[in-house]
Amino acid sequence: MCRIGAIKSLNYIHPSQALLLMQSQQKGHDNSGFAMVMQDLGGIFEGYKHLPTLSLACTDEGLKLAEDMLHAAGFQRVLQWVPETNPQPGLDIIAMPNYVFETFDYPKHYKKATDQEKEDLLLDMRLKLRTALEEDEMGFVYSFWPDVVTLKEIGDPRDIGTYFNLWEPDTKFTARVITAQCRQNTNYDIVRYAAHPFFLQGYTALANGENTFYQKNKEMQRKLHRGYIGFESDSQCFLYTLHYVHRQLKWPLSYYKHVVTPLPFETIEKRDDAQQLLAIRQSLSHLEINGPNTIIGVLPDGTLFTCCDAKKLRPIVVGRSADTVAFSSEVCGINEILPDRDWETDIYPHEREIVVIGNDLEVQRWKQ
Amino acid sequence: METMKIHDVTPNDLPWKIRYDASRCTLCGSCTAACSFRAIAPKVERRRMVFSEGDFPEPKQRFSAVPVIRQVNSVTNYCRGCGICEKVCPNDAIAPVRNVDTRHPLVVRCLAGDSIKRGGRKNLEATVRTLDKLRVGRISQMTDPSLDAQRHTFDLLSPFGRILPAGKLPLKVNAEGKLVPDGQAPPVRWIYPVIIGDMSIGALSWRMWEGVAMATAYLNEECGLPVRMCSGEGGVPVRLLKSRFLKYMILQIASGHFGWNRIVKAMPHMVEDPAGVLIKIGQGAKPGDGGLLMAQKVAEHIQAIRGVPKADLLSPPNHQGLYSIEESVQKMFLSFNAAFKFRVPVAIKVAASSTSVSVFNNLVRDPYNIVGGFFVDGIDGGTGAAHEVSLDHTGHPIVSKLRDCYLAAVAQGRQGQIPLWAGGGLGRTGDLAADAFKMICLGASGVFTGRLILQMAGCVGNDMGRCNACNTGLCPAGITTQEPALAHRLDPEKVAQNIVNYFLAMDQEFKKLMAPIGNSALPVGRSDALVSTDRGVAERLQIQYVC
Repeated sequence: MCRIGAIKSLNYIHPSQALLLMQSQQKGHDNSGFAMVMQDLGGIFEGYKHLPTLSLACTDEGLKLAEDMLHAAGFQRVLQWVPETNPQPGLDIIAMPNYVFETFDYPKHYKKATDQEKEDLLLDMRLKLRTALEEDEMGFVYSFWPDVVTLKEIGDPRDIGTYFNLWEPDTKFTARVITAQCRQNTNYDIVRYAAHPFFLQGYTALANGENTFYQKNKEMQRKLHRGYIGFESDSQCFLYTLHYVHRQLKWPLSYYKHVVTPLPFETIEKRDDAQQLLAIRQSLSHLEINGPNTIIGVLPDGTLFTCCDAKKLRPIVVGRSADTVAFSSEVCGINEILPDRDWETDIYPHEREIVVIGNDLEVQRWKQ
Repeated sequence: METMKIHDVTPNDLPWKIRYDASRCTLCGSCTAACSFRAIAPKVERRRMVFSEGDFPEPKQRFSAVPVIRQVNSVTNYCRGCGICEKVCPNDAIAPVRNVDTRHPLVVRCLAGDSIKRGGRKNLEATVRTLDKLRVGRISQMTDPSLDAQRHTFDLLSPFGRILPAGKLPLKVNAEGKLVPDGQAPPVRWIYPVIIGDMSIGALSWRMWEGVAMATAYLNEECGLPVRMCSGEGGVPVRLLKSRFLKYMILQIASGHFGWNRIVKAMPHMVEDPAGVLIKIGQGAKPGDGGLLMAQKVAEHIQAIRGVPKADLLSPPNHQGLYSIEESVQKMFLSFNAAFKFRVPVAIKVAASSTSVSVFNNLVRDPYNIVGGFFVDGIDGGTGAAHEVSLDHTGHPIVSKLRDCYLAAVAQGRQGQIPLWAGGGLGRTGDLAADAFKMICLGASGVFTGRLILQMAGCVGNDMGRCNACNTGLCPAGITTQEPALAHRLDPEKVAQNIVNYFLAMDQEFKKLMAPIGNSALPVGRSDALVSTDRGVAERLQIQYVC
């Protein structure tokens, strides 16, 4: 079973916190991988929040190809950060030769472009890079978006932390929102892209579960948006539905829950908004999820949320202190990073709510 | 000795022979009274008996006249094998036996110069059904838990009506961040995924039709199952049209438009909208052929409901005046959607055919969004009356056709926009839940069934030529007849009870199929839940082959 976690803080936090959050839950996962998405970046990236950062794991040829393509498209590099690695013998990690985080300025002719145009450009560029680097597994493009970096690796999370020197806190590599997951895909092939969290145009999602409507979701989503690709994991469907509902349809986040786990018909009938809820249910029945799931999501504005399947078959705990909120599959993870919090205020969300953390860290519980 | 006449019809020319044991018969007359086909009759036989009375053998002979029951040698009053004689005989003295050497198909055509007609179902299929080569094979184990059919709740409803893509829903976000209606969307009803198929009040006896309608109302009002019943082509009693129970009825219109005069006249008096309108283009059991109600069945009340004299009622094979899909769409649009002021979903029913996907594509791409359901009817469906050659030799199986339609929708990202409903021989083994569930996994929103309803009511026919006499108006079970004496054999309340109980059992069985695959909502299109032990079937339906 996957273990998932998320930290959102008023201060910039180092990924070592995410490693700690996940490390104590290691009996619940199989130490087969570690992946995280950092958003609202601090440290060396803090001054470049409006510019896209490429997160890339690749070979030397892959790096050259990617940079050539970006330059040809008019992107100009303004920052490169290559994490220092610590390749000790005996580490359980199957690392790619290069990990690069590069920030680019937009092509000159995009100076006056709208946000929408820029966002489309970034997506199309990432998709092009991904396709180009797929040959001979030259590289994996995890994200290309402002204020976001992504790291995914196969191996023991502890050793991955050691390899990337992530156990030692510093102020260079930090973020206000970090989502993390410890496990490689076990349902399907081991593919680097298959590790959660998944990222698309500012939206992040990760899940602990099994989406038994995977095929239905996948068949529907493929035709909805050019960015809905891959499907290496059944959990990618959660991200694409989030992106579709919130960004494409422009519906408020509360309706995400109505799409993925609609209320029973007899409950809908008694509500004032029955007409809308029925319309949503019938038009998006192929995006409904089934099976045991807990989802954690992040919106482009940094809002963090979690919700569960309609039968509440997978766990999640929300713990908080004055300046930090943490989500974790198991409470031991939160105990690790917020040992002094008032555990009586921990929230164990139920199957009909979304727990939402805004940027002021106010915790809201939205009843479906 | 008479000269033998080879052309005389004798029992060995007929499809069934009567086995009769004179030594057990008490001549009570029950069998001859009960045989609705007049296929058996009392007769006197001359018998010779040899006996001896003295101490020594001294054979003598005596002749006597003995009353017996004999089979009628006729191609009109021939035995259909219904077995009613056997059912009523107190002494087990009589029963029909299948005649494997029958010359019936030849003899009837040669004598009558007319095509053979019958009711029932196709009788030529000897192979294993496709649905029996499918299993629900994706069972939840370890990674995701199975649900509990008794404890968990399940949403067992399907849409009937045109569904808009989410981006076209008339919704807007208000100042409080809530979605609110902003315009009108086509009507959609969420109903039970099994519709009681279209059997007209002329095809069925009034007692049978009443029993089915009663079961429908009971299932809705007492059992909480929103089951809908389709009227069939032939109208609806005016009393029902004006009652609140109309909301459980899907009104059918077919090429004969029978009964619609009354329906239209009743509209101002309707207190409820009907559940839907189903435009019948074709029927799976006799594709390309219109409805047929033989004059024998056009009783007085049928004449009144349909506004016709006592005569053979033939619906044309085609809707007169419809020459293209565009035109048919416009006519549906103008007539039926408008008739109920766009409050009632309008669907169409077609016979499965090699061209079904083209028809479906045309409808799903129609920009007016007015087709609220695509009912595809396969070859194994039943019928009240048809030419035998149509029944046995025309048509297309339903399983791959339904799948093709669904995959055509998937390829366009339009799955679910026109709900697919499948029928045609489903539940043939008596297990409709399993058949329906497999069809749903292959992409059907739901299924419809007619023949199985007759069997719940007590129909004695089968797929091997037993009875199949719905066309004659002499149904021995009182189901497809308008003869008062026969119709009274059927107890409408018992019919309703059987149907209700069957649906309750089926509802349980649906849950027993959903729980192991861990689904609480109907798995429409979840073909990954199915596996097939037949490579050809697996390949054709794009599901996993297992062995």
